[in-house]
Amino acid sequence: MRPNLWRSISLSSNVAGTPLGRRSFLGLGAALTGSLAIGAKPANAEPAPASPPADAPWSQSIGAGVVDRPYGRPADSEAGVIRRNVPWLTAGAESSVSFSPLQDLHGIITPNGLFFERHHAGRPDIDPDQHRLMIHGLVERPLVLTMKDIVRFPSTSRIHFIECPANGGMEWRAAQVNSLQFNHGMISCAEWTGVKLSTLLDEVGVRKEAKWAMVEGADGAHMNRSLTLDKCLDDCLVVYAQNGEALRPEQGYPLRLVVPGWEGNVNIKWLRRIKLGDKPWFSREETSKYTDLMPDGTSRGFTWLIDAKSVITFPCPEKPLSGPGLYEIRGLAWTGNGKVKRVDVSTDGGVNWQTARLHEPVLSKALTKFTLPWQWDGRPALLESRAIDETGYVQPTIAQLRTQRGTNSVYHNNSIQTWQIKPDGSVFDVQLA
Amino acid sequence: MLAAGTFASAAEPGHFGYGSKASPEQIAGWDIDVRGDDGVGLPPGSGTVKRGEEVYAEQCAACHGTFGEGEGRFPKLVGGQGTLKGERPEPTVGSYWPFAPTLWDYINRAMPMPAPHTLSADDVYALTAYVLNLNDIVPNEFVADRTSLPTVKMPNSESFIWTDPRPDTMARPCMNACADPAETRIVSTAEGKQLTPRTTGPLDTMQSK
Repeated sequence: MRPNLWRSISLSSNVAGTPLGRRSFLGLGAALTGSLAIGAKPANAEPAPASPPADAPWSQSIGAGVVDRPYGRPADSEAGVIRRNVPWLTAGAESSVSFSPLQDLHGIITPNGLFFERHHAGRPDIDPDQHRLMIHGLVERPLVLTMKDIVRFPSTSRIHFIECPANGGMEWRAAQVNSLQFNHGMISCAEWTGVKLSTLLDEVGVRKEAKWAMVEGADGAHMNRSLTLDKCLDDCLVVYAQNGEALRPEQGYPLRLVVPGWEGNVNIKWLRRIKLGDKPWFSREETSKYTDLMPDGTSRGFTWLIDAKSVITFPCPEKPLSGPGLYEIRGLAWTGNGKVKRVDVSTDGGVNWQTARLHEPVLSKALTKFTLPWQWDGRPALLESRAIDETGYVQPTIAQLRTQRGTNSVYHNNSIQTWQIKPDGSVFDVQLA
Repeated sequence: MLAAGTFASAAEPGHFGYGSKASPEQIAGWDIDVRGDDGVGLPPGSGTVKRGEEVYAEQCAACHGTFGEGEGRFPKLVGGQGTLKGERPEPTVGSYWPFAPTLWDYINRAMPMPAPHTLSADDVYALTAYVLNLNDIVPNEFVADRTSLPTVKMPNSESFIWTDPRPDTMARPCMNACADPAETRIVSTAEGKQLTPRTTGPLDTMQSK
């Protein structure tokens, strides 16, 4: 209570009307009016700014003490920086998705509270003491592991993105949703800490007939997918921590799989079971869902890889330009194939391109930040970015993708995004011929 | 190895020795997966179309409709044949799913949505029979069990390609005069479509129109 006491003394001295207090009080009044204006703008005149030349009230009072917010939270003014959903997209919130607010994020790491989420039977809240991981099937020594057991194994930390293959799925037929958050927000990137899946598989002893793994969650969907054993042994992680803290329940607490560079739904959350077999399982998620319907009526299954993709995050529909002048075009690029090698940016709808600057670190199967200075003359413009990865794969246009896959594909739309800039600086999601 | 005599080599299972050996009871409790293409993992039990109709009415109809036609945005289970190449494909059990045992597995692992994995094996067999029957894939007298389900031929089973043919676009990274500026025109815009929930302030509660 002591810090609050100090605070109340400070405030009451303001009210007392001493010369210092009165100036402070006026400043506080301006700040209160200002904060009201965020919610519902009053009809009267603009309040006087608390900034120069006036001294702001927060500069003339004592602030809150440590552990005032024992976990911490964003500034009150950042309250709108949240995951959001599209209510009309799904039958209910329990089998749905939320999108990361990419327009308000900086750098390549997604804060844990803003990491996009996808649940198939709602978010379970799991007691870590009760949670078990069972590994069995074509193994020498089937095993049940507690969380305490798992944390004892040698640990690894790596930065990887996870993208839902339906990211951008609303845009296969046409530009529909005028938003960076809703068109690209099913991608996030974090530092994951856990144990290599290969370490766990060595521990149980893989039998030579084993070629596939079935991974299964402890959620109500008992969500499961088949993965090739090669991928499991290559770079998969069984993780318990994200960006330095335990996983959030939305992200699979206490345990999830991370399958670097592969579509989000194989990164099974609330991981409870790994079974090795000689063939894939053809589960519902890999037959009726997460298969790509082609224009000739055939469907592609086991299309796990996330191809190279990029998007300009500034400017974007949520962050328009404020008048002609010098700007820094900013964006993110990624590829499931490894590292981003190059990103080009066009301001004339793909007629001419300039190579953007990639910012360190450029990591394998992680978000990579790019920027390019741009002198905007106030005339209409069409902004695009194009990622090229270390295999030489070039991010396609939506027209090129449609030529191959039609418009019924739903998943794996990694096409170039076009932002239309209007003379007033506003930004719209468009598609070009 | 610091103590080769104490520890097994890393190549042998149990090097770390953490955890406990999974007992047959433990494995049996969680070993619920059923392989789609050949039905490996299907348990004993059976169910008729008639019984399936009763269970369906109680457990499924509220979301999937009385005859599998779907409710609101909950999935249709029936119909859609002939739509996969069209403007509005309707992927259902009948029109899309390649393997019948997958239906048993999914009902068993995830349905009914508010109480997943609570139905008996017999009831799951019955529901599987009923949904296949609604799709005209099996006759009224069909009895679903571990032997019959893998033999059911699903209408769309030959349409899946299980190897990934990507990369399927081969763009070249042209840098200058890559297109005719006159041909570079907007053919589609999200402006004015009124589909975008707001991205400032509190969560939007906009519902479907």
